[in-house]
Amino acid sequence: MKKEMLTGNTAAAWGVRLAEIDYIPAFPITPQTEIIETLSGWISEGAMDARFVTMDSEHSMVAAAGAASATGVRVFTATSSQGLMYGFEMLYTVAGWRVPLVMINVSRGLSSPITLGPDHNDILAARDSGFLQIHCENCQEVLDSVLMAYRLAEDERVLLPVFVNLDGFYLSFTREPVEIPDMDEVRRFLPSYKPEHAFFNANRPMAQGVAVLGGAYYSYFKYQMHLASQKALDVYKEICRDFEKEFGRKYDAIEEYRLEDAEYVLIMTNSFSTMGKAAVNRARDQGIKAGLLRLRLLRPFPEEDIRNAIREKKSVGVIDQNISVGKGGILYSEVAGCLYNEKQRPFLISFIGGLGGKDISPQEFEFIFGQLIKGAGAEKVESPHLLYTQEEWEEMQKLKEIAGKE
Amino acid sequence: MSTEPIKSIKDLPLDENLFPGTPACAGCGGLLTLRHCLKMLGDKVVIVNAAGCFTLLSIYPFTPFKSSWLYTAMACAPAGAQGVRDALDILIEKGKLNPGDDLKVLVLTGDGAAYDMGLSSTSGAIYRNLDFYYICYDNEAYGNTGFQQSGATPFASRTKTTPIGKDFPKKDLFEIWNSHKPPYLATISPAYPVDLANKFKKAEQYKGPKLFISLTPCPPGWSTDPSHTFKLAKLAVDTGIWALKESVSGEVKHTFVPGKFKPVEEYLKEQGRFSHLFKPERKEETLGKIQEMVNEYWKQYGVLL
Repeated sequence: MKKEMLTGNTAAAWGVRLAEIDYIPAFPITPQTEIIETLSGWISEGAMDARFVTMDSEHSMVAAAGAASATGVRVFTATSSQGLMYGFEMLYTVAGWRVPLVMINVSRGLSSPITLGPDHNDILAARDSGFLQIHCENCQEVLDSVLMAYRLAEDERVLLPVFVNLDGFYLSFTREPVEIPDMDEVRRFLPSYKPEHAFFNANRPMAQGVAVLGGAYYSYFKYQMHLASQKALDVYKEICRDFEKEFGRKYDAIEEYRLEDAEYVLIMTNSFSTMGKAAVNRARDQGIKAGLLRLRLLRPFPEEDIRNAIREKKSVGVIDQNISVGKGGILYSEVAGCLYNEKQRPFLISFIGGLGGKDISPQEFEFIFGQLIKGAGAEKVESPHLLYTQEEWEEMQKLKEIAGKE
Repeated sequence: MSTEPIKSIKDLPLDENLFPGTPACAGCGGLLTLRHCLKMLGDKVVIVNAAGCFTLLSIYPFTPFKSSWLYTAMACAPAGAQGVRDALDILIEKGKLNPGDDLKVLVLTGDGAAYDMGLSSTSGAIYRNLDFYYICYDNEAYGNTGFQQSGATPFASRTKTTPIGKDFPKKDLFEIWNSHKPPYLATISPAYPVDLANKFKKAEQYKGPKLFISLTPCPPGWSTDPSHTFKLAKLAVDTGIWALKESVSGEVKHTFVPGKFKPVEEYLKEQGRFSHLFKPERKEETLGKIQEMVNEYWKQYGVLL
């Protein structure tokens, strides 16, 4: 084991290198590029025994990755934002093939307007595709999650592709000390790939991805994917226990931060959770019983864990770094959905913040806790709140004057 | 396989790698092409399919092939082929697959994907010199959705989206591919199985993209009698509308030039999709233009009709 200062992107590349993957079909896109540049560099200098191919688009990239996975090798690829959208058709296809592909998404807002800053509309758009989703807060978690993702995807009880998600810029280019495990430790946790399910073989012809004529057959296969995804929750927890035994770091489907005696809770994901935890600490200093629940696994959605963690809280603010236009925050709806049948449930308020990488300032977190305290016991909620400061509003007015257009 | 050219239809392989009982339409020219191609390719093949009529050949739980099959999507079968080919190479390199158990990778696509949506991923695969076979069954329209215009639809052909006939010519896919200078590229016809077979024999010597476009009659779309498929495929060649040719590393050579070209009208008048050129009155100007396009094509190769 050694410790190095790594960006989120190079931590991701280290995870891939340690996973001893065979094949990387790639296509560059900001802010993911550093991952595939690092990997192609290692491959060309002989540090990794893998094949690297630059494809003509993300659509082709996902197709090649899935097809190689179906042929029986361990495959990795990565994308971001518009690239994920361009390859979107193939996410459903590859998940339907039930192949254990691991793919990283470095989150970035979607056009238009075009931007490089992160939010989660890209990855959340893929939540119904059949890919499982692990979301990371820091660089160490990125490396660790890649290793865990292969264990999860390749488990014969699961056999679904997995996304590991990290925020662009806030994590992709932030350097943090990261423990890089030794190869023999990793091999104990993640043995080399030997598929037990069917793959292409000259002596055993197989038709894969074939048509079904009729909804009854289609329903059967789709629902099998759902059951496998649900099964993945238990398998994931087993993997977390094995991971802790081998490497000493503890993960779960959710992370509870100062939650036990908390009355007012933030629900967040990804790197902004670090800001949320700092806000919880400041609130605690002021005597507010604050806590934070970080969602680490978004597919399968860990409903039971979430219910158990917040059922008895006074009020909960879901901070969505996404916007479902015409509806509001996506995670807010998902959290609300899993509480519907609870007799005792917290007051739930929706906040939309961090779109396109917009900062969430300490003052905005104070506003959130203010709303949570005020909201507990209220009869009606105004929902959702867009987090936007007075200064940001004034700046925007100036830009509009310059552009000369309302 | 011996390298001696096949001289007669009697010398074609007797092996069948495509079995009857598929849901393809009666008289499907594409299926006839595929049958001949698979005789030559054998059964150690992975067919990577793009959305099209032939997607319906493998319907769960049945398959008419002796070989394997992977359905990808309309735009990306060549990319799927890249993944399969690379993975097989990796498995062989790492000693996990016996080279004797290697598989040929074949992309199977209609003209909709080949000429239009899949062109970018095809170009990418040729440019990367992917070692694969590619067969396009070109029935000159989107056949599987009921015969709408594609990039392959010829001038004057009626389709569901060109009800009065298309007013510009077919895309020249052969030349688009040829500009990439693949090791081997050919046009084929199910009516000329010996020519087809020899092209596969020749292609086998080359590592890299081996591309085949087959003009294939489509009885429902062309509004023709299913029993006329062979005759129409042959007429397409004999009138000079479909030139049988090949290109080795960019150099084009015709493999068959009719001794005496038949007038294109003989080919057109058999098909419902061109019936508006004959009734209620003959469209002399359009018929003349089609013949002129064929004459012009051959003239550039020094052949005068």
